[in-house]
Amino acid sequence: MSAYRDKDPRIHGIQSRIRVVPNFPKSGIMFQDITTLLLDPKAFKDTVDLFVERYRGKNISVVAGIEARGFIFGPAIALEIGAKFVPLRKPKKLPGKVISEEYELEYGRDCLEMHLGAVEPGDRALVVDDLIATGGTLCAAMKLLERVGADVVECACVIELPDLKGREQLNGKPLYVLVESH
Amino acid sequence: MRRALILYSSNPIYSQLSTTRAPPGYVVFPKRDGGWIPPSSSYQPPVFRMRNYKCTLPPPLGSVGAASDSVANRPKMASQDEQDPRISKISSAIRVIPNFPKPGIMFQDITTLLLDTKAFRDTIDLFVERYRGKDISVVAGIEARGFIFGPPIALAIGAKFVPMRKPNKLPGEVISEEYSLEYGTDKMEMHVGAVQAGERALIIDDLIATGGTLCAAIRLLERVGVQVVECACVIELPELKGRERLGDKPLFVLVSSD
Repeated sequence: MSAYRDKDPRIHGIQSRIRVVPNFPKSGIMFQDITTLLLDPKAFKDTVDLFVERYRGKNISVVAGIEARGFIFGPAIALEIGAKFVPLRKPKKLPGKVISEEYELEYGRDCLEMHLGAVEPGDRALVVDDLIATGGTLCAAMKLLERVGADVVECACVIELPDLKGREQLNGKPLYVLVESH
Repeated sequence: MRRALILYSSNPIYSQLSTTRAPPGYVVFPKRDGGWIPPSSSYQPPVFRMRNYKCTLPPPLGSVGAASDSVANRPKMASQDEQDPRISKISSAIRVIPNFPKPGIMFQDITTLLLDTKAFRDTIDLFVERYRGKDISVVAGIEARGFIFGPPIALAIGAKFVPMRKPNKLPGEVISEEYSLEYGTDKMEMHVGAVQAGERALIIDDLIATGGTLCAAIRLLERVGVQVVECACVIELPELKGRERLGDKPLFVLVSSD
């Protein structure tokens, strides 16, 4: 599901503010840079509003944001819908007791961590990141939440790269995005 | 022991809180309950001069102009009974983790604050109330915990948000500033073109310790001609004297932790 397809009038402004940087972090990758979106207060507000309108009043108690660009969008959404914000971080950043979930990268593996006790069984959760590519990171995030008994209601990203088929990696969990980039 | 306080920065403020004149000899800054602070107290006026601010009171004695912004005039902390009632809940929501990331360090963990929806809301509101309507066009947030507090503030005051990041994270052309760590150095980067000369900026981070990171952020912004109006953090560790390291740049914090 995407707001892009729903043709909300705010989408055009959001999409046009995202800058594509070629060959970053390496040759052949067209990097979707959301920092230019953040420089336009109206477009940034519209981005957050589109998510808030979707999730307000749906009994969401947790917004989990993936380090670091998920931290830019997640807290604003959490504050507006009255949910707690839970940062999901790279290893050794969180100071308290954590649970970890490993996931595959193109070359090698990485790990995502969450504080124990942040999320409780029965919490209804969103997972927020700026972009979904292969879906590996989002999958690890969902697993972390489900391991502690939360119900992942939806994954929400500003941008989807549909050619990388991340949507199919989410084990049937719904994905909502604002913008698609081919 | 943690004291929960509001600490004020070092520029004069013309307050809109009171419409009555202070009695002669009293410090011209009202208390929240409408009373005045007697000259015998050690309290010094909270300070923040903003452009376009409509002055309804005579200016505080000796506080006008650059000469008054010296360290000598820098105010002490607001007394406990001045404290905003939201502060104590914010303070108690912060968890201290001993010996992280290494023995002897008492780590101030704000993730527990983020689990308390009201306290997190209050944290943002306290900053927004201070900076709204003050012509601030840039909120710069320091990776990664500055990304949690900065954007909601930016959205509420209508400013852009600029992430200040570790090396090699930002995809476009960047400018870099090196800064010292306890052992070695690190680098902070900002996108070229994110900010323009003449813009008024806040810098946000969750905590100020030695002030090294904040200093690097200030330098990055000033190098491109931006005016850093204030640095704002949730927590200060005053024993590490970060405030002094910021020099003439004001610092506003919600909570002080000894």
